[in-house]
Amino acid sequence: MKKSLNLSAPRKYSPWSMVLTIFFVVFSIAWLYPVVLVLINSFRTNGAINTDVFGMPTAETFMGLKNYINGATVGNYPFLSAVLYSVIITVLSTFLILLFTAMTAWYIARVDSPFARFFYMLCVFSMIVPFQMVMYPLVSITDTTRLNTPWTIPVVYLGFGAGLAIFMFVGFIKGLPLEVEEAAAIDGCGPVRTYFSVVLPMLKPTMISVGILELMWVWNDYLLPYLVLDRTSYATIPIYIQMLQGDRGHVDLGATMAIILLAILPVIIAYMFCQKYIIKGVAAGAVKG
Amino acid sequence: MKKIIALLLACLMVMCLFAGCNNNTPSAEGGSVYYLNFKPEAEQAWLDLAATYTEQTGVEVKIVTAASGSYSDTLTAEMGKADAPTLFQCGNQQGLIDWDEYCLDLTDTKVVKEMTTDDFNLYNEAGELKAIGYCYECFGIIVNKALLAEAGYSIEDIKDFASLKAIAEDIHANAETLGFDAFTSSGLDSSSSWRFSGHLANMPLFYECRDNGVTEQPAELTGAYLENFKNIWDLYINNSATAPADLTSATGDQALEEFGKGKAVFYQNGSWEFANLCTDETKGYMLNAEDLTMIPIYCGVEGEEDAGLCSGTENCWAVNSKASKEDIQATLDFMYWVVTSDEGTQMMADNLGPIPFKSAKTPENSFFAAANEYTTAGNYVVTWAFNWTPNVDDWRAGVVSALAAYSAGTGEWTAVEEAFVNGWAYQYANQG
Amino acid sequence: MAKKRKSSDSSTVNSNLVRRPIRKWFPLFVLPTLACFFVGFIWPFLEGIYLSFCKFNLAKDAHWVGISNYQKIFESLKALDYAQIWEESGLWGTITATVRGNDFTNAFVNTTLFAIVSIVLINVIAFAIAYALTRKFAGANIFRTVFFMPNLIGGLVLGYIWSMIFEGILKSAGMQSLVLNSTYGFWALVILVAWQQIGYMMIIYIAGLQAVPEDMLEAARIDGANGWQTLFKVIIPNVMPSITICMFLTLTNSFKLFDQNMALTGGAPTVTLATGQSMGTTELLALNIKSTYERNANFHGVAQAKAVIFFILVAVLALAQLSATRKKEVQQ
Repeated sequence: MKKSLNLSAPRKYSPWSMVLTIFFVVFSIAWLYPVVLVLINSFRTNGAINTDVFGMPTAETFMGLKNYINGATVGNYPFLSAVLYSVIITVLSTFLILLFTAMTAWYIARVDSPFARFFYMLCVFSMIVPFQMVMYPLVSITDTTRLNTPWTIPVVYLGFGAGLAIFMFVGFIKGLPLEVEEAAAIDGCGPVRTYFSVVLPMLKPTMISVGILELMWVWNDYLLPYLVLDRTSYATIPIYIQMLQGDRGHVDLGATMAIILLAILPVIIAYMFCQKYIIKGVAAGAVKG
Repeated sequence: MKKIIALLLACLMVMCLFAGCNNNTPSAEGGSVYYLNFKPEAEQAWLDLAATYTEQTGVEVKIVTAASGSYSDTLTAEMGKADAPTLFQCGNQQGLIDWDEYCLDLTDTKVVKEMTTDDFNLYNEAGELKAIGYCYECFGIIVNKALLAEAGYSIEDIKDFASLKAIAEDIHANAETLGFDAFTSSGLDSSSSWRFSGHLANMPLFYECRDNGVTEQPAELTGAYLENFKNIWDLYINNSATAPADLTSATGDQALEEFGKGKAVFYQNGSWEFANLCTDETKGYMLNAEDLTMIPIYCGVEGEEDAGLCSGTENCWAVNSKASKEDIQATLDFMYWVVTSDEGTQMMADNLGPIPFKSAKTPENSFFAAANEYTTAGNYVVTWAFNWTPNVDDWRAGVVSALAAYSAGTGEWTAVEEAFVNGWAYQYANQG
Repeated sequence: MAKKRKSSDSSTVNSNLVRRPIRKWFPLFVLPTLACFFVGFIWPFLEGIYLSFCKFNLAKDAHWVGISNYQKIFESLKALDYAQIWEESGLWGTITATVRGNDFTNAFVNTTLFAIVSIVLINVIAFAIAYALTRKFAGANIFRTVFFMPNLIGGLVLGYIWSMIFEGILKSAGMQSLVLNSTYGFWALVILVAWQQIGYMMIIYIAGLQAVPEDMLEAARIDGANGWQTLFKVIIPNVMPSITICMFLTLTNSFKLFDQNMALTGGAPTVTLATGQSMGTTELLALNIKSTYERNANFHGVAQAKAVIFFILVAVLALAQLSATRKKEVQQ
């Protein structure tokens, strides 16, 4: 890329930067307050949370790690296997979506036939259809087609997530210079080779941004796996969290908050580690759109 | 060549995905049971019981528990599947409307012959027995007798609304010196509002239905006893540590905390709370079972000195009539075993309370003891008229909002009346 | 980027070189996605349309009832006395009474308003933060992580936490509770959703901003452009693609919004309409569809019909917008 407003470019902090830093410190604290509230309350007793959610733990209401232990051991379903299934479903779904939709997007962008355009429109429409409209038909379809296991449910995610992914990929591919692909074709490359050795590398940044979007969606999705998965054998983290609710309005909020934190921790750590790539990726992917 | 390979590859992938794991077809011989459980807390108990049954008979019993508050969603989704629940919960008028054609007529089944009462069973319009109440519950005002004594009263002092009101107001006035208040917070958050839009609203409903000799879902209400509803509601909200305006967001667990920690004498709830108050170590409320009792909800109706607790149930079993013959038989056998065997009745007594079956075991729950005392003393039972509520969620939402506005001082009581009376008429007319 | 595409028009003949071979590979490139898309979306979607004309509890025993489900949606409007309303409150009053007199139209207007407000708010704030964070100052990287974090947390509990926060603030300010005042409920939802989504949009904007060519900024500086001029004449045109993406994402997100709506107010305050029907005043469409579904089995078809109408409306809007941009492209 051309020269740009680069963050990593060494420049001296201006006097303004102090003001900015201070402003953002304050702003960030306000921003993170709800998350901090979850963190604090994950150490308090359920009764204390219900009486005053803003309170700090006192000797009487401090639970230590008890909430975490209770949350992770409650019921009959092992927490770790919920984590495992969440990981399987998320990773597999994201992988499938990235692999297949990028190829389809290339086809749509390059072939541009009436069918391709029609398919593209359908994808765009699918993004705005509320899940409630297809919810129950989808449940019985996934049941008859046996898409109700962690290993097969990614097919549903691929179908449902295809809209957004194709929308973003097509936008990006249309901005790619055709000349490179033509050159490859002249050199005798078939479409498959052209795609995997020429187009795919160029798609990397969009891959990252689409990947994050789909990843966060699948990781946090509750209703689809709850209704579709065979629940005697499988649960995901969001389902697990929901199962912490008792009946008659009783919820162990302390445990719920503890599990929520456990659930977002790996994502936050992963985000911190890959921040550079992610931001670059989202950036490059979005800009071309 | 490459093309063919790629084509094959693509096809293979698609096939793979579609074929999936096709290995979870249960053994067909003899049939199996699939119970869609309603109560999250009882899940472990049901699983253990199912395992015992499988061990004894070899019949497979699958237990799935719906996440709290989503039973109807879950049931709709599960019933649409090939491997649908054979045993499910169908507890009120609404359930009957929704699932009538899926409910097996249970008349003359072995399990029904074990029942001691017909009071909790649900019949459809054609008079077929569609669901049986397998356990029952009671609700009223839970009283902490120890605190009541500290305030200088005994349970015998409370005979009707007037005496309840006098005592509650006295306790509230002296709350600071006593260190506790009269009522727990009457929270209107969704985790708590059902106690009032459902259970407390049962009082005007029940009395009206009693006066009119109603035996099936009424099309209209007159709201004749709404004044009593207002009496008791005012008493609740004006005699508690929580200001009426703050009730909108107060939760059910907040009230439980107040009562569990001895900060209030009265707590309107039901028999199901016993375990939470007395035996649940994780919550830390270890109240003395002898200190607890339950009294009827007095609201100023004539003759209410003779009232008993509100007894009824929403826990009714229905058997899926569209399941295979083998599965239906297996399910009926399982039900029979649960209500007759030692293991089954013990589990029911421990987790669900009293059951209306001949071999029932007595649960250790002082609230049921209280309910029995009232019945043996000849008091009338307040039945659960609210089970007739048309489009339950919608009707209750209207009532809760009106109650919240009234309590916060931004709305009038007439809005509650409207939601109660007009709302009922509308929802009744729009069930179909 | 549209312009660039046009410049390659001359090479359309050449592009057959690329296009034709790709078509032969349809099974590899399109079939897997298409098959899954069919199973995961098209099939249930078509079944959904069919079901909107049926009465059913379970999809498998649906029977055709024609358009009665569609009629039921607007039934409550029949109860309004239009002549009287017109006399009392004029045109605007009649429109308001009509819209607010039906749970579906009410939810639809709520959703539209919500979409407009949240699109503007989220994008403006996200852009502003992104703009500030592309300046060099201490901690910029950490702040980015901070703003991105709310994105990672989904679910109902967060809605619960937020409702506690709002209630706390409102209480100390001596104002009405969230569930009693539909205006507060609406804005609380806007704030919650903005808080969740600004982080992601911010990152897209940061990306866009980093790609603004330095030489163009340099040129602007030499020409003596001030900060605002540079922003509007140089920077914004250059990040236009990011803006398009963000707008589209926020739009679809707000139209589909469900969890936050459910957790924060659940539709409250509920009012009892003239007919006796209860209506959640802060319900958005997805929640309205869901609560209709849950009324009882006879309303499953009505809920499905609502979803179809909703879809058609949005599809028409999208098509109109698309053809408008097409025309623009031709004119250029």
